[in-house]
Amino acid sequence: MQISFKWLQSMVDCNASPEEIAHRLTMAGLEVEAIEPFQFGLERIVVGRIQEMGKHPNAEHLRVCKVEIPDNIFNVVCGAPNAEVGQIVPLALDGASLVDGSEVHSTEIHGVLSQGMLCSQRELGLGEDASGIMVLDSNLPLGTPLAEALELDDLIYYVGITPNRADCLSVVGIAREVAALFGKKWSPPTISLKETGPPVESLSSVTIEDPDLCPRYAARIVQNIKIKPSPLWMQQRLEAQGVRAINNIVDITNYVMMELGQPLHAFDYHRLDENRIVVRRAQPNETFVTLDGQKHQLGRDMLLICDASRGVALAGIMGGLNSEITPETNTVLIESAYFQPTGTRRTAKALGLSTESSYRFERGVDPEGVITALDRAAQLMVELSEGELASGRLDVYPIPLKLEPVKLRVSKTNRFLGTNLSREEISKLLKSIELKVRSSGEDLLVVDPPSFRADLTREVDLMEEVARLAGYDLIPSASPVARLASAKRAEDQVIRQYAKETLVSLGFCEILSYSFINPRAIDLLRLKNDDRRRKLLPLRNPLSEDQSVMRTSLVPNMLETAARNQRQNNFNLRLVELSKVFFSKEGEELPEERFNLCGLLSGLRRPPGWNETGQTVDFYDAKGAVEVSLMNLGVKDLRWSDKDSAPYLNPEAAARVYAADVYLGDLGEVDPGVLESFDVKGPVYLFDIDFDLLMEKTISVKEFQPLPRFPAINRDLAIVVSDSVPAQDLLDYLEEHRPQYAESITLFDQYRGTQVARGRKSLAFRITYRSEERSLTDLEVNEIHTDLSQKIVDAFEAQLRS
Amino acid sequence: MKQQINTLLQETLDRLAHLEDEQELERLRIEVLGRKGEIARLFKQLGGSSAEERPALGKLLNEARSRLENAFQEAKSQTTEAAPRASRLDITLPGRLPHLGHLHPITKVGMEITEIFQRLGFEVVEGPDVELDYYNFEALNIPKDHPARDMQDTFYVTDNIVLRTHTSPIQVRVMEKQPPPVRIIAPGKAYRCDSDMTHTPMFHQVEGLMVDRKVSFGDLKGVLTIFVHQMFGPDVDLRFRPSFFPFTEPSAEVDIQCVMCRGAGCRVCSETGWLEILGSGMVDPEVFKMVGYDPEEVTGYAFGMGIERIAMLKYGINDLRLFFDNDLRFLEQF
Repeated sequence: MQISFKWLQSMVDCNASPEEIAHRLTMAGLEVEAIEPFQFGLERIVVGRIQEMGKHPNAEHLRVCKVEIPDNIFNVVCGAPNAEVGQIVPLALDGASLVDGSEVHSTEIHGVLSQGMLCSQRELGLGEDASGIMVLDSNLPLGTPLAEALELDDLIYYVGITPNRADCLSVVGIAREVAALFGKKWSPPTISLKETGPPVESLSSVTIEDPDLCPRYAARIVQNIKIKPSPLWMQQRLEAQGVRAINNIVDITNYVMMELGQPLHAFDYHRLDENRIVVRRAQPNETFVTLDGQKHQLGRDMLLICDASRGVALAGIMGGLNSEITPETNTVLIESAYFQPTGTRRTAKALGLSTESSYRFERGVDPEGVITALDRAAQLMVELSEGELASGRLDVYPIPLKLEPVKLRVSKTNRFLGTNLSREEISKLLKSIELKVRSSGEDLLVVDPPSFRADLTREVDLMEEVARLAGYDLIPSASPVARLASAKRAEDQVIRQYAKETLVSLGFCEILSYSFINPRAIDLLRLKNDDRRRKLLPLRNPLSEDQSVMRTSLVPNMLETAARNQRQNNFNLRLVELSKVFFSKEGEELPEERFNLCGLLSGLRRPPGWNETGQTVDFYDAKGAVEVSLMNLGVKDLRWSDKDSAPYLNPEAAARVYAADVYLGDLGEVDPGVLESFDVKGPVYLFDIDFDLLMEKTISVKEFQPLPRFPAINRDLAIVVSDSVPAQDLLDYLEEHRPQYAESITLFDQYRGTQVARGRKSLAFRITYRSEERSLTDLEVNEIHTDLSQKIVDAFEAQLRS
Repeated sequence: MKQQINTLLQETLDRLAHLEDEQELERLRIEVLGRKGEIARLFKQLGGSSAEERPALGKLLNEARSRLENAFQEAKSQTTEAAPRASRLDITLPGRLPHLGHLHPITKVGMEITEIFQRLGFEVVEGPDVELDYYNFEALNIPKDHPARDMQDTFYVTDNIVLRTHTSPIQVRVMEKQPPPVRIIAPGKAYRCDSDMTHTPMFHQVEGLMVDRKVSFGDLKGVLTIFVHQMFGPDVDLRFRPSFFPFTEPSAEVDIQCVMCRGAGCRVCSETGWLEILGSGMVDPEVFKMVGYDPEEVTGYAFGMGIERIAMLKYGINDLRLFFDNDLRFLEQF
């Protein structure tokens, strides 16, 4: 909230600089986020002196003045009857703005140049007098800006008040803290009342029908008031607090709210049916028009302030149009009440109405401050609107709000904070913020919180006050001591990290994208109707359609990221994301969250360079990345299938990835149509793996294999088979019939062309033979290898190729 | 023998005159002057010659050797001075670049943060992104209709289910499951319904919690001081400032000396010299009651920080949204 520094200063006797006071408040938990100068306006209006005055040659009622400021004299045409030579006056120069919004310009008036304007109080917004020019104190230094000369400028503190400190939502609240922090005295405004009117009971009554929502309601009545603008000092303070001045009565209610923190409302007494107040819950389907002209549909648990027949205010939130103060108002009923915080909050939330008033009631006002604020407002209304105050006040308080005493153990406090404070020191700190402290034995203090500190109900609340007032910086910082315990590694997290690092080592850049997507993006992937990725979890209040459902796939964001980079002319992409996807689950409150691993490759296989051939990536680059990273994670028995490939992939270049018979995910070239709908230029290869499934297949502890001691013998096996035989079948066969001493079997060549018959292809395998016990001889290896060759030739109707 | 020496000398000098390549030169030098070269061979032969001849031959051979040594020396210095020729490698041409991968800066900084706390014995735990209102709010002492709910703009799935607005619900889930002591660090994504220059609807947090007998506010200060010094350097000043969080009391914001201006005041720190980097406090007894811990028996502290914020300070990144644009020109810088 905004706090006028001058207003604050008027209550606390503290000479510290504004910066020092702000710093101490910040370090006590009332963060002064900014200090800004506050200008009341009046730019280009300065203090001048009428040096000479003569008749206007062409207009009888005008005069021509020479107005002096240091180093300059201005010629000003003036019509004010009270102008006299020697007067000190406000001089509006070329470009100055007046309170009505008009601008002053140097101009000819009936043939005489006027270089400015001498202003009245009203023209400057400094008062009501419009009868002549404003005559200033003769001591004011000539040429000084008027605002400065009249000390109208101020500083504004922007203070962040946390929800627990409702007591600080006022100048008094901050003043109390400043006084405590600097050990100074402070004084709230003094209130003296002249009750010259009839007894208030003869004029009105208050009935509370729902005390649970309104434990206290007090009122006073001021008769014969005059509605007019409030005086300059009040307008100035309100404006510094960020409140617009309206008229004296409304301004007084706002002023007291800013000063004391208690929201008030002023009703036009004569517009109240039977001139009385009834506090009750709204009827079902009752409607109400607030003074901003909005019509609201009310609910049963909304509290309404009524007269004998209808609602006149939304309790604690906003008054009604039907009873607001108008220029004709001559009698006012001032409301000062305690409305129950959660009730006020619910109503304000439900109606979407948040006001300075509801903000304070939601956080809890001072139930005893209700009376102080009521009297303060009455006093100001008598003073500033010439009203007569009815004697006595109406005060209905069916549920007294009492704060319980709170016990505080000195030893526990010190242990909890890590301090070594004495009972006396603690007691002194608490007393500085007006808590009543009783001692009850060596270790125990009994504290009575004042009515404005309803947040202090537990021992820990008091410990916090002690810490805050002592100063956090004075609490010694301890070297952490904790029982030794071996911190378990989050195994899943370690594996995910390892996977990311593996892909990074393969040249991939990790991306992080939002967890929400546009539901349409799932349609663009052409998923089948029964695909589980269609089980979207929608947000109730998304920021936009593009972020309105939790993603069930990382693919849309991945493609969007590719598009965004391509728009920046970055076509060589290797991107990877390992993040959660979310599936809504029937019968369960929370969705299922699974980690997915999605990678994308496009563009050049290697970064461009003078010695590069410019080859682009293909299916096997993507497959290789998957193979290497999965095998590095210890996944055994990777399998591939070209059946039922993902619908967003080109079926001619796509595969399902399996670990043994567990379907882990998809791999392949993204379908050109899908790419187009995401605005991505192809070809683009992508893999999308269910990482949680994969995790079950990983081996986190790798087992060391001793390095071989005996030499290996390599034998190649090239066979020509039908084109329709997948390489995997041959590899599987070789694996199944793996002969003795065969250490590894790798496919190293595929050939189609003139050397082999049409419809056939040649595949070449290298088999490495090695014994762990001895060196093998060529002879025995030849025998084994020939045997294997013959078997595979028979099994696949193949020919050996030599 | 004499003949041999002279022939070797003459031939070698001839060949030398026609050599310009440094490698060939070296090859020739080894052939003639090397440990198993011609000169060495002739020295060996010297043993077989007659006693009369030997001194003169030895002298001749020594002279030949030193002449050749000088000649090689000279030839070598000439080739080194000569301009490089086209047939040689231009070592100034750029190398063949492999693709260089990069972890996202959020991942890197998140790891750095968790590792600091892991070294202090904190255990890494995780929790769901889509969370029950109970864990995100109620169990953290933020009842429905409490003004503290205004502090966070929440994404709702239903009345009861939210996207977690912070990683704090993990605290509750862990304490529900295990008795004290607890020492955990919980990194993860969090969500708030807010998007502008300084807010993204998704961001990353790290939450920490320590519960045991006799844990004090001083301990909290100690651990976070270690963290700040490890993360930002041992000279970086920090301060604890009272604040309010519903699930801690007392609560503290931690400010560090501005890393841009070293506390002098600049635009980044709004001229204050301080930057807010994390929120912390002593676990509120209400939270302990919710999970069945006895607040008379145990105390604890909790803290939470935004990874983006720390990463921005660490790398001097000025726009939060860059983290989620995933522009390679950005990602490749880390």
